[in-house]
Amino acid sequence: MEITNQDFSNLLQYIFMGIQRGSIYALAAMGFNIIYNSTGVINFAQGEFVVYGGLMMVSLTMTMNLPVPVAFFFTVLFVMLIGILMERLTINTVKSPTVLRLVIITIGVSIFLEGIAMVSWGKNSHVLRHFSSSETFEVFGAMILPQTLWIIGILVFIALGFILFFNYTMTGKCMRACSINRDAARLVGINDRKMVMISFALSAGIGAIAGIIITPIIQMDYGRGTMLAIKGFGAAVVGGLGNSVGAIFAGILIGIIEAFGAGYISSHYMDAIALFFMLIVLFVKPSGIFGSSEASKLKEF
Amino acid sequence: MVIRDYIFLGIFLLVMACVPLLLKNDYYISIFVFASFNCLACIGLSLLLGYAGQISLGHAAFIGIGAYTSGYLTTQFAWSPWITMFIGVVISIIIAIAVGVPSLKLRGHYLAMATLGFGAILYIVAVAAVDITGGPAGLNNIPPLNLFGLILDSDKKFFFFSWSVVVIGLLFALNLINSRVGRGLRALHGSEDAANSIGINTSSYKIQIFIFSAVFSSIAGSLYAHYVTYIDPGPFGIMHSVLLMTMVAVGGMHKIWGAVIGSLLLSLLPEFLSFSTGYFKTFGIEYKPDYDTLVYGIILLSIMLFLPEGLYGGFSSAFRAVKNIVKRNGKKAKSSS
Repeated sequence: MEITNQDFSNLLQYIFMGIQRGSIYALAAMGFNIIYNSTGVINFAQGEFVVYGGLMMVSLTMTMNLPVPVAFFFTVLFVMLIGILMERLTINTVKSPTVLRLVIITIGVSIFLEGIAMVSWGKNSHVLRHFSSSETFEVFGAMILPQTLWIIGILVFIALGFILFFNYTMTGKCMRACSINRDAARLVGINDRKMVMISFALSAGIGAIAGIIITPIIQMDYGRGTMLAIKGFGAAVVGGLGNSVGAIFAGILIGIIEAFGAGYISSHYMDAIALFFMLIVLFVKPSGIFGSSEASKLKEF
Repeated sequence: MVIRDYIFLGIFLLVMACVPLLLKNDYYISIFVFASFNCLACIGLSLLLGYAGQISLGHAAFIGIGAYTSGYLTTQFAWSPWITMFIGVVISIIIAIAVGVPSLKLRGHYLAMATLGFGAILYIVAVAAVDITGGPAGLNNIPPLNLFGLILDSDKKFFFFSWSVVVIGLLFALNLINSRVGRGLRALHGSEDAANSIGINTSSYKIQIFIFSAVFSSIAGSLYAHYVTYIDPGPFGIMHSVLLMTMVAVGGMHKIWGAVIGSLLLSLLPEFLSFSTGYFKTFGIEYKPDYDTLVYGIILLSIMLFLPEGLYGGFSSAFRAVKNIVKRNGKKAKSSS
């Protein structure tokens, strides 16, 4: 079979589409990992952080007409506040926490936040202006949105910030200590409860950024949280739960698989293909395709 | 089964027998029929959540498997509903093994996400595989059940039948938790390591319970298909799975009876809410059915935060407190006399 130019540009198109969606899964997966590492809990409300990021940004820029950077800042702040409130009002108040109970609480928070989002923003999907121009430009025949470049750029920026934070700041190092051994961390004077709170704030902030940058492309409605959460979790599992560098690559991989599935198989089954891949990895190599099973036992960010 | 279970079962049968006598309107009886499907699924889910300590967010998919297997085979090949129900159960068992075995061998809550992903896939397939499932339009003209010549075509007939199935499921579940498997599961709940060390194959027990719970849901789905005689993907989505889990947690996840209470209350809740719309209006709140999600979220959150043992746990500790007060007063009265 001869590969024509058209085939190549289609392929390139799908790859860019995959990277663009995959970046969001990668960010959602990083959010999962931060909370998983600090509490051992899978936070089912992670998708809701993404939704709130997108919807709040819509309100601030489209109805209140704030400039994008200002709105960006306030949206992230707002969602981080939700994350902190969630931790202080629910997770922190539980006297005898079992993982089962905490997980169900996060499911409760997720339904609650979804309900609130529906009441405040309605059931319809919301449009957000692109950060810069919404005109596509051509790269080897593939049409690319400038927003895609924003997404990739912000993902790289966050990944770098993430590495710097966990390796070079005191708070980041304290959080790592807590995730490795919480009792030992407490013995050396680290306030572990505060670290849990910070992890919720960070996780919510990253989720919000994911929501903000993807909304111009996919539009946002209140009910998207669950699907985003499943795929974000898929990325976290494929990358090795708790391993955020793995999660970034896994997120993009899932995004690309999804885009190929939509392009070459059927767009009806687009979501199913990504989930199927996640299930296969979960069953065949639950430690993730980037991690060894020994490394996955040591929780690291 | 312990004596308390027999007492509860007696009360339960009595209450359920009274329902069709008190409700003259067929519509309200049909709400109770729907509640019975939820109840059956929740009894299975309660075994999984409360006794095996595992979360499943894909049980609506098993209900869907039961419903679609029954619906497809009876409409396409005119097979007997009883046979298709059995085939639905077999398919559910196979899928439960395929999903459960890998994810239950892992520690932690992988099953929750695996079932969530699996549930989402099945929903997508139900919508997209138009040739088999009819897509969003669904399957029509599913025949009603025929019970030894008695066709269950009225709400009242189906009410008695489906709640009888619930009672059978209940008896089965209650016996199971007081059997070797049940004791093993309770040990597992205390400490997985300790249970392992005394020779309980914890992951095998968890898988067995997951399969049982899938079978319960599948039967509930088949009954649902033959009751409404029309199915579409709507009721088998993720939200319903989450709702089933909410029912179990609200009722009290460590007791089978909790699942019965929770599923009954939450199945009747939307009716109750729409019933009291006028009442909300006097407070200046316009209540819409859309808010149901929010209400479920608030209920689940407040139960998990303030009553982790659920309503059943709340009732029984309140009962114990009252009993203690009565006992103490009785002693005081004796000592003073």
